[in-house]
Amino acid sequence: MKNLKQTKKRMILNEIKTSFPSKSINESMSRIIISSILCQLDPTLDELADIKTAVSEAVTNSIVHGYENNPGGEIKLYACYYDDNTIKIIIKDKGKGIEDIKKAMQPLYTTDESGERSGMGFPIMQSFTDKIRVISTPGKGATVIFEKKISRE
Amino acid sequence: MEIISQFRDGVLYIKLSGDIDHHSAKSVRGDVDSLIRKNNPVELELDLSAVEFMDSSGLGLVLGRYKKQTDTGGKMRIINPTRRVLQILQLAGVEKIIKIERMRQV
Repeated sequence: MKNLKQTKKRMILNEIKTSFPSKSINESMSRIIISSILCQLDPTLDELADIKTAVSEAVTNSIVHGYENNPGGEIKLYACYYDDNTIKIIIKDKGKGIEDIKKAMQPLYTTDESGERSGMGFPIMQSFTDKIRVISTPGKGATVIFEKKISRE
Repeated sequence: MEIISQFRDGVLYIKLSGDIDHHSAKSVRGDVDSLIRKNNPVELELDLSAVEFMDSSGLGLVLGRYKKQTDTGGKMRIINPTRRVLQILQLAGVEKIIKIERMRQV
């Protein structure tokens, strides 16, 4: 009886694993990497822009906050898509981590004092994806996982 | 990232194009700020019609320039943002503090 209610497990159709140094020039590279796998799902221009923006935000967070603009850190970018047309993306760093995730996700919240950061990174990621999860151990790094279902039109 | 600018009758018009992310924002900020210092405009017009990509770092750039402009008693407006850029601006509620002109003939 137990098995009757189980939903069918989705299958990974394709995936990519990359890693690159925490140099700001790699923000645009991460957008190109994610576009190339996402394009296999034939997304709309808006869906493509949503994902590119969310990835750009997460990678920028790792560079600016995780590694505090030190270009020697490592950022891992993993992406896969499933047979239900959902893309899943994981961005991971081993930087200083996030002390208070709830606070970090609040709109307009920023730890930056220069007045040049908008504090909209996480709210933009939330608004442009279907699901987002942030895991962090202060001092050990942060991982952002998000998913978005791509329409099949 | 390419910048076109024109200064006339106290108004500094600046057109940005290409991608504005954290990487490109550094040099754009330097260029825009030096144009502001040089011309000391009453009003800054930031044309975003040719911006192909912008994330929260671009938002920070826009808000930072607004703060600088208004701190010195100046004004600022945003001209013709693309639909995507407008979406990002609206997410942060920028249209409540900075005037956005959408149908300007440039």
